[in-house]
Amino acid sequence: MATIRLQREDFDAAAEAAKITRGRTDIGAVVSFAGICRDHEAGHGVSALTLEHYPGMAEEEIARHVAEAERRWPLLGVTVIHRYGRMVPGDNIVLVVTASAHRTAAFAAAEFLMDYLKTRAPFWKQEERAGGTAWVDAKDADDAAAERWEQRSGRDAAE
Amino acid sequence: MSVTLRYFAWVRERIGKTEEVVDLPAGIRTVGDVVTWLAGRGEEYAHAFENPKVVRAAIDRTHVRPDAAVAQAREIAFFPPMTGG
Repeated sequence: MATIRLQREDFDAAAEAAKITRGRTDIGAVVSFAGICRDHEAGHGVSALTLEHYPGMAEEEIARHVAEAERRWPLLGVTVIHRYGRMVPGDNIVLVVTASAHRTAAFAAAEFLMDYLKTRAPFWKQEERAGGTAWVDAKDADDAAAERWEQRSGRDAAE
Repeated sequence: MSVTLRYFAWVRERIGKTEEVVDLPAGIRTVGDVVTWLAGRGEEYAHAFENPKVVRAAIDRTHVRPDAAVAQAREIAFFPPMTGG
């Protein structure tokens, strides 16, 4: 049911969302999130991003989190596409599409997948900016966002 | 014990290699032991692991902590905190 792709090429977010619902009448909610390369970060300009990944592990790590999302929410479709290589501002980087009968599960699963992609999937961004290139530092805010789900699963387990 | 080491992002840049096959010396039991051993192999390794708490590791494509045993490992990867998405 889930589609997971790592690719250098661009993707079409609308077409990917349409693929999930095509021919089905049980889906009542589709959430589509696209992460896009922007032209600034923390006050400085960014002219391009290069995404490095760990082939093999990246697919496996995404698949583990998709499986976890499917355990937590009644999903009727999931697509995750993550690009690698060089991107310029305005380019797509990542796509998460989740489908369910109702919106709550689709929104929550999409957010869960993005939070984990940011902190657990083996990808690294290198920025091109005035004066050269620099590896992007991991953000505490992203770790905190991913940790919310750990706390929630701990609470769920206790109930 | 022969194992493939893989490096990514600035760990790769500092060491100057994407991967290498090494024989781990006797007595190395954990990922943390491997880091300590690597850091003593030369300036480039010392630079990559100058702050070992920052560097993350995976054994056979699964995230692990520094106390993870390496006895069964075929591939150990070292990399900075991830910044995908």
